[in-house]
Amino acid sequence: MSLLAEQARSMRPAWGGSLARGLAPLAAGLVLAVVLQVFIRPYIDPYPAKLLLDIGINCVLAVSLTMVNGFTGQFSMGHAGFMAVGGYASGIVTYYASMRLWGSPEAAGGVLSGILDLQGLPLVTKGDVLFLFSLLVGGTVSGLLGVAVGLPSLRLRGDYLAIVTLGFGEIVRVLIQQTRPVLGTAEEVRSTPTWQLPSHVGGSLGFSGIPTYTSLFWVYLAVAVTLIAAFRLKTGTFGRAFLSIREDEIAAEAMGIKTTRYKVTAFVIAAFFAGIAGGLFSHTLGIGLSAEAAGFLKSFDVIIMVVLGGLGSISGAAAAAVVVTLLPEWLRPVAEYRMVIYALALILMMIFRPKGLFGVREIWERAAWSWLPGWRPAKGARR
Amino acid sequence: MDQFLQTLKDSMAIGSLYALIALGYTMVYGILKFINFAHSDVVVLGAWSSLVFANWAKTHAGWEQTPWWFGSLVLVAAMAFCGTVGFLIERLAYRPLRGAPRLNVLITAIGVSLFLQNAGQLEFIFGTRPRSIPALVVDRSLLTVGRVHLNLLDAIGFVTAVALMVGLDWLVFRTKMGRAMRAVSFSPQTAGLMGVPVDRVISFTFVLGSVLAATGGFLWALKYTQVNQPADTGWTLVGLKAFVAAVVGGIGNVRGAMLGGLAIGVLEQFGSAYLSSSLSDVYVFSLLIVVLLFRPSGILGQAVPEKV
Repeated sequence: MSLLAEQARSMRPAWGGSLARGLAPLAAGLVLAVVLQVFIRPYIDPYPAKLLLDIGINCVLAVSLTMVNGFTGQFSMGHAGFMAVGGYASGIVTYYASMRLWGSPEAAGGVLSGILDLQGLPLVTKGDVLFLFSLLVGGTVSGLLGVAVGLPSLRLRGDYLAIVTLGFGEIVRVLIQQTRPVLGTAEEVRSTPTWQLPSHVGGSLGFSGIPTYTSLFWVYLAVAVTLIAAFRLKTGTFGRAFLSIREDEIAAEAMGIKTTRYKVTAFVIAAFFAGIAGGLFSHTLGIGLSAEAAGFLKSFDVIIMVVLGGLGSISGAAAAAVVVTLLPEWLRPVAEYRMVIYALALILMMIFRPKGLFGVREIWERAAWSWLPGWRPAKGARR
Repeated sequence: MDQFLQTLKDSMAIGSLYALIALGYTMVYGILKFINFAHSDVVVLGAWSSLVFANWAKTHAGWEQTPWWFGSLVLVAAMAFCGTVGFLIERLAYRPLRGAPRLNVLITAIGVSLFLQNAGQLEFIFGTRPRSIPALVVDRSLLTVGRVHLNLLDAIGFVTAVALMVGLDWLVFRTKMGRAMRAVSFSPQTAGLMGVPVDRVISFTFVLGSVLAATGGFLWALKYTQVNQPADTGWTLVGLKAFVAAVVGGIGNVRGAMLGGLAIGVLEQFGSAYLSSSLSDVYVFSLLIVVLLFRPSGILGQAVPEKV
């Protein structure tokens, strides 16, 4: 025992080096996000900028759904529900906190926020801090709901999760429609007790007036964090457990893997990131956040990204998020056929290429790159 | 008292429709062990094909007055159409995936569902607007208790649903085909070795489920007269509730689906009448969560241990 422990300790890398190595991807993501916001955003039109935002948000959604549908082989169909919950939760935090603290819901952000006028602003201000906090609140609320939804349904084998999550999205939609109108003035907000504020999110009229903090910086920072989290999950102990559950749940259980716990873990992490994506979505310029955001159509869009990208391939899901976001632009002449085409693509894909375009492998793990020096096939990937 | 009777009548009327639709889910699940997501879209197809056929027949026949058998003619046409569609869905989309992982079959089912919804939305098929079905039966009050009227339409709906369920029960438990279905559901391999034509039995099950779905859609259109566009979320909710009914009754269990359908009807209608009508969907899904927590095999189902 002690010998083994000593051996293990001697193999552990020095903490400074491992910390630097662990943080390197995050630093790279941070740099990319700053570059996008400060050096690219001012030189492109609002429309491509909006597309870039959508791509980023869809990336976060698709990669997070991959953790459930791809890694563990469960099937969640209510991702938009979690996104809506996160969007509303973080919207409530920024809107009402701004009202209480600063008396107006205007964005009080710096250069890194979605403000067009960049002159004379500090990089980060109090508004950005509030926004970051609200994103975390949105993710946490969504993650907690993930526990409530996941625990009963993931104990069971099979397709119950699909039904429960589909029902969950609908319940979220119905409940949002029951809410009361948004409070428009600071006096009203001050006179309402704090615990009642979350019920004032506009009902079926939608939640408007949320400050616009979302910018390329925040979105691509979230993309980087999501990608890093997904890769670390997939390549670590959790990932082996997830993939084993997906391949054969009974065998995994026989090997001592607590299947329910791992499934719920994956589901909750996915719900958390969906909540973050929702927060980013709700703080985008010109979005009237409404109950429809929780509807089936958005969930189906994300599912299509995950399936096209390959169930379990993170890079595949991210690539598919880019393609599926841009596709409606190209399909505009045949807009009413878009969903018909998606549906047929889904069916044909399952029949002729059941693992999706990339399967569980990442894009660079494909044999097509084998001519490159230093290329290695994926560890443990099948075939 | 009047409110109670009225709610009871409503819950029986809607519950029998849920039960009809739930039967299709439960039969397919019993045999192939997957949720046929496209089932609710076959219901929609049943409603829309009745509508289209009724309109067409009415404009071409030139009757002074609608004959009494016209409704059943429309129903038979819808049944034939949906039965064919159900057969084709199984043959083209699900059969190539026999033996594939469950996730793939599930995704295909979702794909088929999306396809039916969005193809139906196309302008030259059903379009994106709700339409009304012409009156097939002249409605009148049959029986009045207090201030509650039992209408002819409600009676027709309930009697048709119950008659079909009794017929299905007879078919599953008393005929050779029913025995084959139960055998395939028990073990497809063994049934195949015993000489049961497994593929034909599965096709038959799909056709049967689709015929019941067509009836469900027809009765739905008859009851509400306005038929919503195929991709309307209301339809998805109907399908989901019917599926919840199948789970509550014990999925794979034919009698359980009937019981579950009526239970969902009662829960939904009494909840709407006595608590809050805007939350009626929430009650149904809360029931699903409760059942999954405490008795995942449903009321009439028995827990089957997972075999390797």
